[in-house]
Amino acid sequence: MLVEQIMNSAPYTLTKEHTIRDAMKLMREKKIRHIPIITAQREVIGVVTQRDLKEALPSSLEPNEREHLLDVTVDQFMIKNPIMAHPLDTVEDLALTFYDTKVGCLPVISNGELVGIVTTTDLLYTYVELTGAHQPGSKIEIRIEDVPGTLAHITQIMASTNTNVQSVLVYPDEKSENHRVLSIRVQTVNPIELIEALLKEGFDVLGPQYPGVEF
Amino acid sequence: MKKAVFVYSPEQLGYKFSDTHPFNHKRLTLTMDLLKNSNALDDAAIIPARVATDEELLLAHEAKYIEIVKKAGHGELLENQGEPYGIGTEDTPIFENMHEASAQLVGGTLTAVDAVMTGMAEHALNLGGGLHHGFQGRASGFCIYNDSTVAIKYLQEKYGARVLYVDTDAHHGDGVQWSFYDDPNVCTLSIHETGRYLFPGTGNITERGSGAGYGTSFNFPIDAFTEDESFLTIYEQAMREVFEFFKPDVVLTQNGADAHFFDPLTHLYGTMNIYQEIPKLAHKLAHEYCDGKWIAVGGGGYDIWRVVPRAWSLIWTEMTDQPMPTGSLPQAWLDRWQPESPVPLIPTWEDPSPLYEAIPRKAEIEEKNAMMLDKALHIIRSTK
Repeated sequence: MLVEQIMNSAPYTLTKEHTIRDAMKLMREKKIRHIPIITAQREVIGVVTQRDLKEALPSSLEPNEREHLLDVTVDQFMIKNPIMAHPLDTVEDLALTFYDTKVGCLPVISNGELVGIVTTTDLLYTYVELTGAHQPGSKIEIRIEDVPGTLAHITQIMASTNTNVQSVLVYPDEKSENHRVLSIRVQTVNPIELIEALLKEGFDVLGPQYPGVEF
Repeated sequence: MKKAVFVYSPEQLGYKFSDTHPFNHKRLTLTMDLLKNSNALDDAAIIPARVATDEELLLAHEAKYIEIVKKAGHGELLENQGEPYGIGTEDTPIFENMHEASAQLVGGTLTAVDAVMTGMAEHALNLGGGLHHGFQGRASGFCIYNDSTVAIKYLQEKYGARVLYVDTDAHHGDGVQWSFYDDPNVCTLSIHETGRYLFPGTGNITERGSGAGYGTSFNFPIDAFTEDESFLTIYEQAMREVFEFFKPDVVLTQNGADAHFFDPLTHLYGTMNIYQEIPKLAHKLAHEYCDGKWIAVGGGGYDIWRVVPRAWSLIWTEMTDQPMPTGSLPQAWLDRWQPESPVPLIPTWEDPSPLYEAIPRKAEIEEKNAMMLDKALHIIRSTK
């Protein structure tokens, strides 16, 4: 999956002549935390974050000092040369960048122009989609040996029970290096038949036992 | 005015996927027979379910979807044509006249609504309804049309009512929730097993509604292996605080009976105790806040022999102010159905005690549920 598939392609922006007041207003009204600062040619020259805003201002308990600072322009405290992403970056790259740099948002640049913005929230939603948790389904976890052909065997069983798969994730098994935990979301309210078929083939199905199923 | 009406037509039994499908409306027959043998259901209280019109179904469903369901039931669908609509899947296989049967279940809930809203009865029960997973344009989780969604829209349009929907099925009431997610005049409250393993996976406490409807969806996801006491603490607190917060004109309760230990599809450890208490509090609060206006529907419940007939009978006895039945079930009922039942029937209204072996992590589960309850109700408590 690519950044262009998950980014917001119509981000709110300001230019360097705008003030702290403008930035605060925009953040409040649009409920956003990051604003790219761009030129007339849509080149990105900086990013203003909610945190930078707060740090730039004195405490709200000091209204007098605060007031005159509200007219300071954003180029005085924006992050210059921010880290940026490309629309064709993969979501995995993006996750690593967020993890390593601890930033919360990246402007997305193509041909030197701002084409979007992507935040940790977008990435989290992608995770929700990857797990299939946004569609009605049941989840089954299976502890499997880490050898070729296991997944094929399982999907064959799923095909034979006419079960539609929504997502498949493979986790490391905390207890054994030779095993993996397979987490599968299936599109059914009644996974009993499938679980029984898996158990019959000797698979280690994890999770709460179904009272109706013989183990 | 009657105390309550019991909506039923034999045609409701036509909602049948197959002989082996877990969703089985033989539950209706078993429940009515149990009530009659207990002298708790008078024929005069039974009113027939009408059939919902297409216009009424359109309150909650897309025209294209209704068309597909009609065609499916008349053998006019090409292979796989229904799949994008969830029709012809393992969960909702095609059966003859599936549109007519589904429209009859919706009609039953509308009959119940009209009985209550026109003042014919204080309360009404349609056990054939409660198909809470049905979506606007898609069948899901055994549900084709969503009778509760249609009924709530109908309550709004015809009666201008402010509706509280309460769902105690072990599965999240997703179809109803999403239908009214941005509507501030409908409040949905669902208590269900968490989506960690169980269908449909949604129903997190963070699902609170959107836009103008923010703060009018309440979810109480409880852990697998939750027992009576913790279930009831959550039910009672949630009900009292949400009623007080929302002040509905009318309450619609969905009474899935699949949170019981015996239920094959879920992992909750409820016993008959919760089914004694659920209708009792709904009844009490309906009188406190809604001038008595309470409509109850059925829902899930897949141990149709040992659990559903007893659990659903208790809704009716509560609704009609009859004393809660205790002790032995009528021998005639046991004799009639035991030969057909694949499991030994429970011979008493109460469950045997203990029903199951003690759960090792009980205290942790209770603690986790209690924290969940606080978080879910925080939005109400913080604005007081």
